[in-house]
Amino acid sequence: MLTLLQRLGGVSLGAFAKLGRANLFLLQALSGSLEFLLRPRLLIRQIYMVGVLSILLISLSGLFVGMVLGLQGYNVLSDFGAEESLGVMVAASLVRELGPVVTALLFSGRAGSALTAEIGLMKATEQLSGMEMMAVDPMRRVITPRFFAGILSMPLLAALFTYIGIYGGYLVGVPMLGVDEGAFWSQMQSTIDFREDIVNGVIKSLVFGVIVTWIAVFEGYDAVPTSEGVSRATTRSVVYSAFAILGSDFILTALMFGD
Amino acid sequence: MEKTSIIEIWVGVFVAIGLGALFLLAMQVSNLTEFRDHNEGYVLTAEFQNIGNLKVRSPVKLAGVKIGKVAAIRLDTDNYQAVVEMRIQPQYRLPDDSIASIYTAGLLGEQYIAIDAGGSPDYLADGDSFEITQLALVLEELVGKFLVNASEKSGTAKR
Repeated sequence: MLTLLQRLGGVSLGAFAKLGRANLFLLQALSGSLEFLLRPRLLIRQIYMVGVLSILLISLSGLFVGMVLGLQGYNVLSDFGAEESLGVMVAASLVRELGPVVTALLFSGRAGSALTAEIGLMKATEQLSGMEMMAVDPMRRVITPRFFAGILSMPLLAALFTYIGIYGGYLVGVPMLGVDEGAFWSQMQSTIDFREDIVNGVIKSLVFGVIVTWIAVFEGYDAVPTSEGVSRATTRSVVYSAFAILGSDFILTALMFGD
Repeated sequence: MEKTSIIEIWVGVFVAIGLGALFLLAMQVSNLTEFRDHNEGYVLTAEFQNIGNLKVRSPVKLAGVKIGKVAAIRLDTDNYQAVVEMRIQPQYRLPDDSIASIYTAGLLGEQYIAIDAGGSPDYLADGDSFEITQLALVLEELVGKFLVNASEKSGTAKR
């Protein structure tokens, strides 16, 4: 009984300690943010690694998600004779939910895991301590550019995903299934509100970007510096990101659309 | 040196694509294009006994053409009537004996304000209100009336 309690206490203390380390880590990473503005090269290189290399994955996934939405939505809506609302359905679900959430999940798998593994390996091979020896702050040199690259890339990728998804829904709905093109776009335009829907979607993707990159970079930095530790950190990074994305998505949705 | 410039080009392409998608979302998918005339036009008010499911941003139509939208809805606590403010686009002028009524698009669709243009030579100006209005048809009330009528009829028939 006592050992059980002790273990419970140990686990929760460990969790709190990790949370505290993560917050300190975030503060340190942000404190280097002014300096790296003077050296945009580092940031651009990371945006290339994190954002540009994800374009293909994100666009293809967006296309297929939109096409599936178009097909499924058409099947349900045609039962009620409301095929013209297909545009609204596809656009609303993509702009409000699927765009930011699916992009963030893919992003954590594509870019987040790579960030964790890279930083974890840098730690395991003592490159980070090597930098400290050369009086280069690894926080500013390694962590901060990656952090900001993730935050900047996520909204752009989500916007790309959403637009391509809507276009995929259009491709399935209008040329394939014969929904009226004018009704498809005009009903969409009259229903989707710029402030309510699109701006909120962008805010969501920005928040997810912060969460995913923060978790990924921190897990890498906090990894046990062995090959097993790095592999565990990578797994944790993806798992925690998925939980955090879905959980915070519920909270954000309740705050934004819950009235 | 060559490699970094290629990377920079790709990042530029990426940022351009992302911002372009956002721009297209704003212009093609949302109602941002309508946003420009958000504060243009003049305001008319109308009092209704019952506005049904009318909401802010519901369309105002004349002969089926959208000429404006509902800007605000409030309750007049003196006579318990709903006061609907609507913003009409400036190029449309309405005679001052026009009638505002609340209709439903389709059987279960959204509700909108339909204007029947009158024949008066004078036009409604900013801040004026409609003299004649027609309240929303509430489906439940209609069904209730129909049921009462039907039972009365069957009662008289028995007698």
